Amino acid sequence: MRLTQGAFSFLPDLTDEQIAKQIQYCIDKGWAVNIEFTDDPHPRNTYWEMWGMPMFDVKDAAGILFELNECRKAHAGHNYIRVSAFDSTHTWESLRLSFITDRPAEEPGFSLERQEVDGRAIRYTTRSYAAQRPEGARY
Amino acid sequence: MTTLETTKPTEKKRDRYSAGVMEYRKMGYWEPDYEPKDTDVIALFRVTPQDGVDPIEASAAVAGESSTATWTVVWTDRLTAHDKYRAKCYRVDPVPNTPGSYFAYIAYDLDLFENGSIANLSASIIGNVFGFKPLKALRLEDMRLPVAYVKTFDGPATGIVVERERLDKFGRPLLGATVKPKLGLSGRNYGRVVYEALKGGLDFTKDDENINSQPFMHWRDRFLYCMEAVNKAQASTGEIKGTYLNVTAGTMEEMYERAEFAKQLGSTIVMIDLIIGYTAIQSMAKWARRNDMILHLHRAGHSTYTRQKSHGVSFRVITKWMRLAGVDHIHAGTVVGKLEGDPHTTKGYYDLCREDFVPQNLAHGIFFDQDWASTRKLMPVASGGIHAGQMHQLIDLLGEDVVLQFGGGTIGHPMGIQAGAIANRVALEAMILARNEGRDIVNEGPEILKAASKHCLPLKQALDTWKDVTFNYSSTDTPDFVPQVTAAE
Repeated sequence: MRLTQGAFSFLPDLTDEQIAKQIQYCIDKGWAVNIEFTDDPHPRNTYWEMWGMPMFDVKDAAGILFELNECRKAHAGHNYIRVSAFDSTHTWESLRLSFITDRPAEEPGFSLERQEVDGRAIRYTTRSYAAQRPEGARY
Repeated sequence: MTTLETTKPTEKKRDRYSAGVMEYRKMGYWEPDYEPKDTDVIALFRVTPQDGVDPIEASAAVAGESSTATWTVVWTDRLTAHDKYRAKCYRVDPVPNTPGSYFAYIAYDLDLFENGSIANLSASIIGNVFGFKPLKALRLEDMRLPVAYVKTFDGPATGIVVERERLDKFGRPLLGATVKPKLGLSGRNYGRVVYEALKGGLDFTKDDENINSQPFMHWRDRFLYCMEAVNKAQASTGEIKGTYLNVTAGTMEEMYERAEFAKQLGSTIVMIDLIIGYTAIQSMAKWARRNDMILHLHRAGHSTYTRQKSHGVSFRVITKWMRLAGVDHIHAGTVVGKLEGDPHTTKGYYDLCREDFVPQNLAHGIFFDQDWASTRKLMPVASGGIHAGQMHQLIDLLGEDVVLQFGGGTIGHPMGIQAGAIANRVALEAMILARNEGRDIVNEGPEILKAASKHCLPLKQALDTWKDVTFNYSSTDTPDFVPQVTAAE
């Protein structure tokens, strides 16, 4: 399967040149770009691990791409990596863009468990196949 | 304004309260020198008096009949602080290029309204006056809601920002589709459409306004099969999905029962129709707030009173009331699709949904500055006759905080529903990517779509199928002021 979280998962994987343009767009808007990674891609796993802090003061996409490459050296291949951008404007104060830049070589996906309860109602549990192994040994 | 009482000679005052009929303008409902207070509610009416009726008298009558007046003088007024409670028409302008119609500005003291009640606000402003005989027609064009009143409402249960956080979707419009055919599918068949569309790449599917609980599909069957479809699509994509389960029913009790069942099944969103009424909408918004539920509003029925410019209530007023009432989604027009929607007027609606401060903009039909005072943002929904080939126009006109709903444009795809969903999602992502890269999507849009279709056959098929479909009819509800004209002060 292909995890479709993030703004550009239906396109072919972005090149570094394309990633740099998106990052520059965010910087030009005044947003703080952040890099995160995880080996638990459950759709409700909100908090991926942060690769340092959001880069509030970096004004050049190249600087962020450098950090992305450092993150890749440490985590690519067995983690998802995403780039996101925080807008601190009053009444927004949240993310403005988030997209996946790197995926594990294999994406085994999720199982759906059904527990039949009252009437015909079913309680659903989504489980990542990879996350059934311990953190760090999943992909 | 506070000097009103003292500036009037006592003889005049006696006249004012002698028994019998008196012109509204002489009863205090026309105050050309009045300066509205920051806390006043201001209404702008388009007044078309009967032939021979003076426009100022007609406008004063609107002020009177929407506040304290009755057809004759009553002495019991004098037991009250009547100057405060009288609505005051303070300005009447001819409508540009429309002989016989006038814009009347009327200010209402805040004490005329109950806190947090659209029912009360609307009963006052549009309750009685629209059938008033001396008028040929009357339309409520816009309202200035003072911060003091805005703050008595909860506003959207979820709002755009929290909705995006909950769904984990940022930086692009959300994609939806209304299940079709809207009548006749069994619960099992209905869920099939939901699954295919969500798995293909849509974020949401939607019940239509008249899908409730009919002989062909009991509501519980629909909810059960839809939630199977949502969960299965979520597991197969790793992405949060939702389906607007329409809980509209004949009574509040039944609506609560349906909403509770949707919650129990784990739905992220429920839906209501505008025709359930303002009080029911506010009740459901309170319920949604208590239950962490996104609340979608279908504007079923609105065109009966919003579409014609001469008479009724403008949709911009309905939009304001719905943001106060607390829904999270509202259908607000597509411009390019099959339903009514002038681009400037529609832009006005979208601003009222999404901005925290909306400045006066006559070219967009916005007559007043509107300060929302941090009220959560309302997600506009564009639905009806739109397809992937228009993606550049849609993003240019509507921005990214919008749900784009491609019903026929998903389900009608020649290779099936999943293919239709993929086409829409690829078109959307390619266009956002290009826009962020600084490309001129309005002019390069077709090229961008064509390039994206090289790695996506379903998009190519969608573009081939619907390439020339447009709905070019002139709008009936358009702004009265062209962009060059400034406010007549």
